[in-house]
Amino acid sequence: MSVLVVTEQQGGKWHKMSWEALAGGRQIAASLGSRVNAAVLGADVGPLARQLAACQVDEVFAVEHELLGQYSPDSYAFALRQLLDQVEPNVVLFPHTYQVRDFGPKLAASLGRPFLSDAIGAKYQDGELVFVRQLFQGKLNADVTLSGEPPFFASLQSGAFRADQLQKTETPAAVTQVEVTLSANDIRTRPGEPFRESKGEVDLSSAEIIVSVGRGIKDAENIPLAEELAEALGGEIAASRPICDNGWLPLERQVGSSGQTVSPKLYIALGISGAIQHVVGMKGSKTIVAVNRDSGAPIFELADYGIVGDLFEVVPALTKAVREAKES
Amino acid sequence: MKTFVCLKQVAARDSTLRVDDSGRWVRESDLGYEMNDPDSFALEEALRIRETHGGEVAAVSAGPARTASTIREALAKGADRGVLIEDDHFSRADAYTTAQALAAALKREERCDLVLTGLQSDDMGFGQTGVVLAELLGLPHATIIVEVSVEQDHVRVKRELEAGWFQDVELPLPSLLTIQSGINKPRYATLMGIKKAKTKPLQRYTTGELGIELSSSQLIRRLYPPQKQKETKFLEGAADDVAARLVEKLRFEARVL
Repeated sequence: MSVLVVTEQQGGKWHKMSWEALAGGRQIAASLGSRVNAAVLGADVGPLARQLAACQVDEVFAVEHELLGQYSPDSYAFALRQLLDQVEPNVVLFPHTYQVRDFGPKLAASLGRPFLSDAIGAKYQDGELVFVRQLFQGKLNADVTLSGEPPFFASLQSGAFRADQLQKTETPAAVTQVEVTLSANDIRTRPGEPFRESKGEVDLSSAEIIVSVGRGIKDAENIPLAEELAEALGGEIAASRPICDNGWLPLERQVGSSGQTVSPKLYIALGISGAIQHVVGMKGSKTIVAVNRDSGAPIFELADYGIVGDLFEVVPALTKAVREAKES
Repeated sequence: MKTFVCLKQVAARDSTLRVDDSGRWVRESDLGYEMNDPDSFALEEALRIRETHGGEVAAVSAGPARTASTIREALAKGADRGVLIEDDHFSRADAYTTAQALAAALKREERCDLVLTGLQSDDMGFGQTGVVLAELLGLPHATIIVEVSVEQDHVRVKRELEAGWFQDVELPLPSLLTIQSGINKPRYATLMGIKKAKTKPLQRYTTGELGIELSSSQLIRRLYPPQKQKETKFLEGAADDVAARLVEKLRFEARVL
């Protein structure tokens, strides 16, 4: 019995969620009493495979092919199917990245298997592997099992498992080269080189204080309310996705899975419900304050201080109180 | 251009969510329903493609009978016809099951050029029905699309990657795209549109007619409110008072100011 963790790298650089997936894989393997192996795919993954081998795994599979140098869903799914045929794992785990969302369910479906996406936890209970998923935008959690025969596929949410629990081992695990057959004809899409659009002038990740606005701000006209609070605090203004989609604040101020990941000392969420896509970008904040009309908003699950009320009353009062405190 | 846009009907954003007596699902009698918000961007994109390139937009959904209202909404906004695979089971079906049903229905239809879906649903949040559907239909796909331009026999798209990165991808037609929310501004239905929608064709299938058997590959064993990760201190009272107390706590308790 084995658990296989499929890691993610691009151009020889690790996606940091790979380590969280590995930590998750180790935990799940421990509960199952099984081995944990890791795979890395690319055109040239020798050094990466050796790094993986020193991270408390039993075996590392280096899946190398020149056509894996640039990601495409066809090449990745095709190569991984060949790996699975050779290794026959019981559980296949991935970090829940954008790339995994692009090929993971396809890989599982090609084997007629379901793909359990975005798990926040896993446990072995009554002879079954039970995953925890968030439903209804994080308002409810569900214990979910996969029916049928292994392999069971799942992806793990950012932050669900702690990468710092991994330790370096002195005796590295064996690295196995895996031969896969791929031809250019197997790849139906033509991907271009990744590029960055915004100049990245705003680096929210180094901000100590962030005031962030969500749908509750209601109108572009109301943004200055939050900006004044940010200014009084000496912090940066940020937003959840819908605000940036509406053009009320620039895209580079977006916090969440499609924006920046931040961990300031203080994060003030104004009118943000706390959908998963936003939360993954800010849950590492030291102190979280949430102001929301809805006492059931998921943002209160992780807030240190909560104010259930009208942000149009609370925010100006808060700006005033901060200014007074700074003057005193 | 012939485009199929896949829509899901989900619990309305402001619905009260209470776990039902089985402990495995929500009390459906509490719920209102609406078109899954991310899907409305896929619908709008399909309508815009038709406006530029001509052709047809068909709105397809798998859901209980009530789902017909979401298809009618799509027809009112401008879709030409609807396809509904009707079964009560779909309200809590997993992505693989739903994709199987959609694939079975689309195989009955004439060959199309594009299949569009939203990025994910606001209820189950699987974020993969489109990808699985592409695999079952044997189509190439691209996900999290923020720009679409259809050219002669292919489509060029801009894919969103993480942390502010993007990528252009070229796909042959037919192919499937999952559309990122915010790609466009979805239109409202006009009165004329709503009137017209009543006469537009809506093809209904039962799962029996499509020869598919619904089984769940992901089983919900227990549904429950999430455990709080932190003990939230709630501050109550008049705004000025609450603000003053919060500032004090941030300075002297959390020590972040």
